[in-house]
Amino acid sequence: MSTAPQGLDENPLVAGLERLPVHPTALVIFGATGDLARRKLLPALYNLAHEGALPERFGLIGNARSEMEHDEFRQMAIDSVVEFSRRTPDEKVLHKLFEDVRYVPGSFDDDSVYGQLGELLGEFDAAAGLPMNRCFYLSTAPGFFPVIIDELGEHGLARSDDADVRVIIEKPFGRSLQEARELNQRVLSVFGEQQVFRIDHYLGKETVQNVLALRFANNMFEPLWNRNFIDNVQITASEDIGIGSRAGYYDSAGALRDLVQNHMLQLLSLLCMEPPVAFEADPVRDEKVKVLRAITAPRIEEVPDMAVRGQYARGVAAGEEVPGYLEEPGVAPDSTTETYAALRLEVQNWRWAGVPMYLRTGKRLARKVTEIAVTLKPVPHLAFHTDEGPDVKPNVLVLTMQPNEGVSLSIGAKIPGTRMAIRTVNMEFLYGTAFLSQSPEAYERLIIDAMRGDATLFTRNDEVEAQWNICDPIVQAWSELPGPLPQYPAGSQGPTEAEQLLVGDALWRMI
Amino acid sequence: LSTSDLVWRDQETAPAKIEAALRRLVSECTVQNQHCVPARTLNLVCVVDREWSGEIANRLRRVGRYHASRTVVCTVEPKRDTIDATASVSTDDNGQAGGFVAMRELVIVNVGERHLRHLDTIVDPLVVTDLRTAVWSPHGHPEAVDALTTGHAGGTAVAQDVLLDSVDEPDVLAALDRVCELADRIDVVDLAWLRCTPWRERLAAAYDPPHRRPELDTLSKVSIRYAADSLVSGLLFVGWLCSRLGWRAEALTRHGDLLRGRARARRGEVERRLEPVEGMRVPGLSGIETRSDLGTLLALERGEGGLTARRVERDGEEHVWTVLGASRGEPGILGEGIRHALMRDAPYKGSLGAARGMLR
Repeated sequence: MSTAPQGLDENPLVAGLERLPVHPTALVIFGATGDLARRKLLPALYNLAHEGALPERFGLIGNARSEMEHDEFRQMAIDSVVEFSRRTPDEKVLHKLFEDVRYVPGSFDDDSVYGQLGELLGEFDAAAGLPMNRCFYLSTAPGFFPVIIDELGEHGLARSDDADVRVIIEKPFGRSLQEARELNQRVLSVFGEQQVFRIDHYLGKETVQNVLALRFANNMFEPLWNRNFIDNVQITASEDIGIGSRAGYYDSAGALRDLVQNHMLQLLSLLCMEPPVAFEADPVRDEKVKVLRAITAPRIEEVPDMAVRGQYARGVAAGEEVPGYLEEPGVAPDSTTETYAALRLEVQNWRWAGVPMYLRTGKRLARKVTEIAVTLKPVPHLAFHTDEGPDVKPNVLVLTMQPNEGVSLSIGAKIPGTRMAIRTVNMEFLYGTAFLSQSPEAYERLIIDAMRGDATLFTRNDEVEAQWNICDPIVQAWSELPGPLPQYPAGSQGPTEAEQLLVGDALWRMI
Repeated sequence: LSTSDLVWRDQETAPAKIEAALRRLVSECTVQNQHCVPARTLNLVCVVDREWSGEIANRLRRVGRYHASRTVVCTVEPKRDTIDATASVSTDDNGQAGGFVAMRELVIVNVGERHLRHLDTIVDPLVVTDLRTAVWSPHGHPEAVDALTTGHAGGTAVAQDVLLDSVDEPDVLAALDRVCELADRIDVVDLAWLRCTPWRERLAAAYDPPHRRPELDTLSKVSIRYAADSLVSGLLFVGWLCSRLGWRAEALTRHGDLLRGRARARRGEVERRLEPVEGMRVPGLSGIETRSDLGTLLALERGEGGLTARRVERDGEEHVWTVLGASRGEPGILGEGIRHALMRDAPYKGSLGAARGMLR
């Protein structure tokens, strides 16, 4: 049986392939010797190569300030993959991947760097016999983003008549609304928005994408997914560890900038958005932005009523005594950087008005967990006597991103026996028990999406600004308030002050 | 490796007793270890000759993470009249702290040849309801496959997928006829087809840049080299091209070891050549080459770290490179087969039909 060929606007050979072809691409990593490149980007490239998912022709160029030869960078890349890859590397694939890798030493404002990059990219094109797409990955400290963008523009590397040019920008995208706007202006003066891929690696996680699958591939939730049935939403991203050796970054960022402004607001957007008309970049991002815009930014004087911060104090974690934040190496003893942030937000639209959205994140809390808990309203009338057992609690739907990716729904069930006594039990679904495939690392998905030009899982300019619009007044209010901050013992549930955010009978879920 | 097992055994037993034992074992496992949860991905029913069951067990052990959540192995002894069974539930103890540990459930049922025509009535109670069930019968036993893939007394079939390797059948025509017959009523996962997947991906990628897509309309010659036992893979690959590019294929003719034939494309004729390669240690394809009327050539060969690609432009300029990708190996192919039982593979049927048509 023959199938008539499709028009050659489409490739008739891709039907049914799990891995779709990606146009030949040269990837330039700025900050190629840094922690992110070594721990995440280079291993992600290896795993893509291992699975045959990289473009048919692929070229890699690293840039950083360290002086080294191509061979030294090649060895560093190989060592990084061996140390950090999620799978034991196949030696042959590993060495082939980095066989033709190039390294350009030099600072980000050094014109000669960009001249060399242009030459090397031209060499890659010549070797491939066709113009390869270019992806510039800015894996540097955020202070260098503007200068790299400007240099790429000045050296004619931001545009190509024959190929697509893209720039991938790591977080944080600005430290305030003003900075985010300025950076957006700077980036968009050189690149078009369709060329820009702002990374929020949470969006590359399978379990975060599963929020969309759960909501929009299952009819049972939609009728309940509104203010009539949902009492409140709690989004938690807690860590049991301290800041480790990241004092330099963390003390200038804090919990709000580190997690709330980006990852947690992304989760909130995905949870609250309307169904997009298609799972494509702009339809999805349009709906997410609408949610963010429906959250009224607090006035500065309102911040104490809707946001609580804290710092971990000395305590016990995993059976060991651990220091408080102010005792951590590299942290000033009078630091007012928050290691815990909790917010109460409201999405002011037809679907969600009046439903409190609680967000909390922190370090050195009781447990590492990232979850969204949707608490439904209680039944209007309970016909059963409840004095013979624990109260019947409202249903809670919990979407867990880590550590045990899954969905659980608490329901009331009859306790076995002769009496009609009810207890809350959990229906649990764990993703790991239902699928054979191993989830790719977030960076694997995001790198290949960027090479393919699919921006669905990247943050758009208006989205970043809408996120900052919510967080900016909180940053400002907290910067004006004197210390010391509320303290919570390491290994605890967080500061007791967070209780004041809760409305009605709501309680924070146990971390 | 599984490090803890709960095992139940019985002789002259019945399916209902085995099913009850399985439920008990699963329950006991969760009581013994609160982090232990039943996995629910796929039922795999294997029908194997008793004397070769050890080899099959080894192959299943080496599929790695792509194992079915419940595996029912029916070992066949010619003269057996009764059913003996062993059921076990095992877990990996190396789950992360605070994480869950998924169970693996295995049932081995010793049956006789006389049971095979109605094997569905034995297996039905043993598979997890509402999960997809694949049947793999590497030693033949078509009556067992038919029983499991045809609804008993007009009911629903136990299995929804047949996993097979059409290179196992020495008669290629018989192999394709059998697969065509199965594919008409059930989803088929053919390992011979899965071995072509990396080649399909590479060829699709080579012609994916928009300026290269028109070359597909100008192809004038396709040459396939395959391991001597893997003609089916070669035929399926050419069948795929015929099906996707709308070529009307004439029957192939044999010239010694070489199979040749022409296909009618929109713009002209395409010559097809299939040639065996002796001494290949693994089944599957060895290389492919396409030529176009424009004078371009693309060749893909097995190489280190992936496939070695060579492209010659119409002006004679030549480019050679490696398309990266790790070999999955034969255990990996079986694992892929198990994984594919949960997926649909739309181009397979068209490719199979075209492959069968080439041998008429």
